[in-house]
Amino acid sequence: MSGTFELTIRPRKGWQAVDLKEAYLYSELLLFLIWRDIKIRYRQTLLGGLWAVLQPFLAMTIFAFVFNRLAHVQSDGPPYKLFAFAGLAPWTFFSTAVTQSSNSLLANQQLVSKIYFPRLFIPLGAIFALLVDLILSLGLLALLMVYYRWALTSAVIWLPLFMVSAVLAASGTGLILSALNVRFRDVKYAVPFMIQMGLFLTPVIYPVHYVPVRWQLLMGLNPMTGVVIGFRHALLGTPIPWNVTAVSLVICVLLFVVGLFVFRRLESEFADIL
Amino acid sequence: MKPILEIRGISKQYKLGVRRGPKMDNVRELLERSLAAAVKRKQKQGDDPPLPVGSFWALKDVSFNVSQGDVIGIIGRNGAGKSTLLKILSRITSPTSGEVRVMGRMASLLEVGTGFHPELTGRENIFLNGAILGMRKTEITRRFDEIVAFAEIDRFLDTAVKHYSSGMYVRLAFAVAAHLDPEILIVDEVLAVGDLAFQKKCLGKMGEVSRSGRTVLFVSHNMAAVENLCSRAVVLHQGTLEFDGIPKDAIQHYLNTLSSQAGKGNAIDLDRVGTRRVVVAPLLKRMEFMTDRDQPLPEGIPIGGRLKIRVHFDLPNPTDTFNVGLGFDNIYGQRIFTAHSTFEPERVLTPHVGPQVYTCEIPSFTLMPGEYSVKVWLDLKSVQADAIEDAAKITVLESDFYGTGKVPWNGTFVLGHRWYLQQAADAQR
Repeated sequence: MSGTFELTIRPRKGWQAVDLKEAYLYSELLLFLIWRDIKIRYRQTLLGGLWAVLQPFLAMTIFAFVFNRLAHVQSDGPPYKLFAFAGLAPWTFFSTAVTQSSNSLLANQQLVSKIYFPRLFIPLGAIFALLVDLILSLGLLALLMVYYRWALTSAVIWLPLFMVSAVLAASGTGLILSALNVRFRDVKYAVPFMIQMGLFLTPVIYPVHYVPVRWQLLMGLNPMTGVVIGFRHALLGTPIPWNVTAVSLVICVLLFVVGLFVFRRLESEFADIL
Repeated sequence: MKPILEIRGISKQYKLGVRRGPKMDNVRELLERSLAAAVKRKQKQGDDPPLPVGSFWALKDVSFNVSQGDVIGIIGRNGAGKSTLLKILSRITSPTSGEVRVMGRMASLLEVGTGFHPELTGRENIFLNGAILGMRKTEITRRFDEIVAFAEIDRFLDTAVKHYSSGMYVRLAFAVAAHLDPEILIVDEVLAVGDLAFQKKCLGKMGEVSRSGRTVLFVSHNMAAVENLCSRAVVLHQGTLEFDGIPKDAIQHYLNTLSSQAGKGNAIDLDRVGTRRVVVAPLLKRMEFMTDRDQPLPEGIPIGGRLKIRVHFDLPNPTDTFNVGLGFDNIYGQRIFTAHSTFEPERVLTPHVGPQVYTCEIPSFTLMPGEYSVKVWLDLKSVQADAIEDAAKITVLESDFYGTGKVPWNGTFVLGHRWYLQQAADAQR
């Protein structure tokens, strides 16, 4: 690649699209960053990778007791524990991904202020590394399905679509929050609260048909609504209201695109403020 | 031949002391800052463009070309804009105006060990750091053995680097960087690391790189290294390019700018000297140099002489968390010694406000003969509120420090010491 490489450095202002050529040039680095995050995440912990499945599993047990036993929330078909776990798997991915990516630029200050590469890779690397955890918890779900003798349906072909949507939703949110976090440290305080409330505004512990029909589309504006409904449909064959889901998926894509632009807009001042 | 690097009219403006967040005294700070700017505007009525509140130009209209194979030294004192220039060239920050055209693969090394992770092993860090510096995986694999041999860490390759000694850590970090293979290499003062033997090895490697026809931009305070390694040098001063030519002349020019800047005499009006960086307000007023008997200092101070420096300044609000700092730099811009008023164990801890006079007494000023530039600054709540580089110059005179008529001639400072001669027969027993 020598000899022909040319570059012009200019003042950067305004809105810009992602430089795909550059992203491709540096793509190996993205893989290394993902690899690093996976390698160090559970270093020096007793339970190691078990943490990836322990969190949604314990949450499932507690939610089943509180919401199903005590508050009599019913699933829309499968045993409540299966139902809850199929929702908690993508939700845990989303909440961890948003928490970690929003903090990622601050955690990697040294990189940002000392070397150049597409800054996009820092929050995205943090998110992609968490896909391993998601896949591990889907493995646990498979075991639970065997235990409860609950069969997969042909709807499983939709799973990749919803996995991609989950990544888009987490990336869009993570990109915006990580970029804002560089300037406004308020983000650090807002994120945990947002995640906590989000759990209740997303149909994770209750089926979406509990919500009055006229509010369902409104719920679709929450990108994770469609993702959670979709995961459940693909894995457990529960009914899927496509209109709500479609609204969510469109929001996922929009959020991701907006995230990319916002990030690129704020990117040029990162090194100056950090 | 077309230049490999064209730097055209690069400027960079930074905002100073911009802090945000839920702070009680935010409004007050804002007022203080606009007041400071108003004072500054009144003082300066030159044709400088009006600056936004609390901002300054780190670089102003810098242009030069670099041809293939040039090894260029960038010199200038602290705050001259060297690091900013490197940051713009390595695309870490973008210029406020101007343009740089780069015609080749460029790698930058502003720090050794960027991205090293303490939990990862030496082997893992070589790959991670290599990738961060822009090497391909195949390239790293190919040069892996060379890197390990250069770093001399083969026994600890699979140990987490958090268990490394600092020497090992630095060696490994430099080894990865030294095996980068770009057409243009940008290096900040990273050679001043590790022990002496390793520093020599690094300088040797730099020499090798520079002879191989690679283009190198090199920031350093080490004038000997600049003179030996570079084919050309540029001098930056207060953000502008002041000189561009052969290293020897550039270094001479740099040394001249250092001595012409500083204030002279004993009582120095701090509004008129040096390079000032005001964040809150111009709070520093005057500075006096005196002998131990409170007499004005004559033309210089003998080695080991007693020195008193009196600083006059204002405190805008009642506070006990202020610090006056004095820094002494040698002619190469290297900091030799720093004095802080907060180092004083018996200092007064009650809040003060308004005009203050603080005297720093140094019982024995044991620097080597030569000229030293003095920086003075004031911190409020551990944030620098006002600072003046090159506020004054102090000359240390040759003197009979040891009382033997021999003048010390080598080294950076002088220490009292004794020698004892023993009879050879006694020593053996």
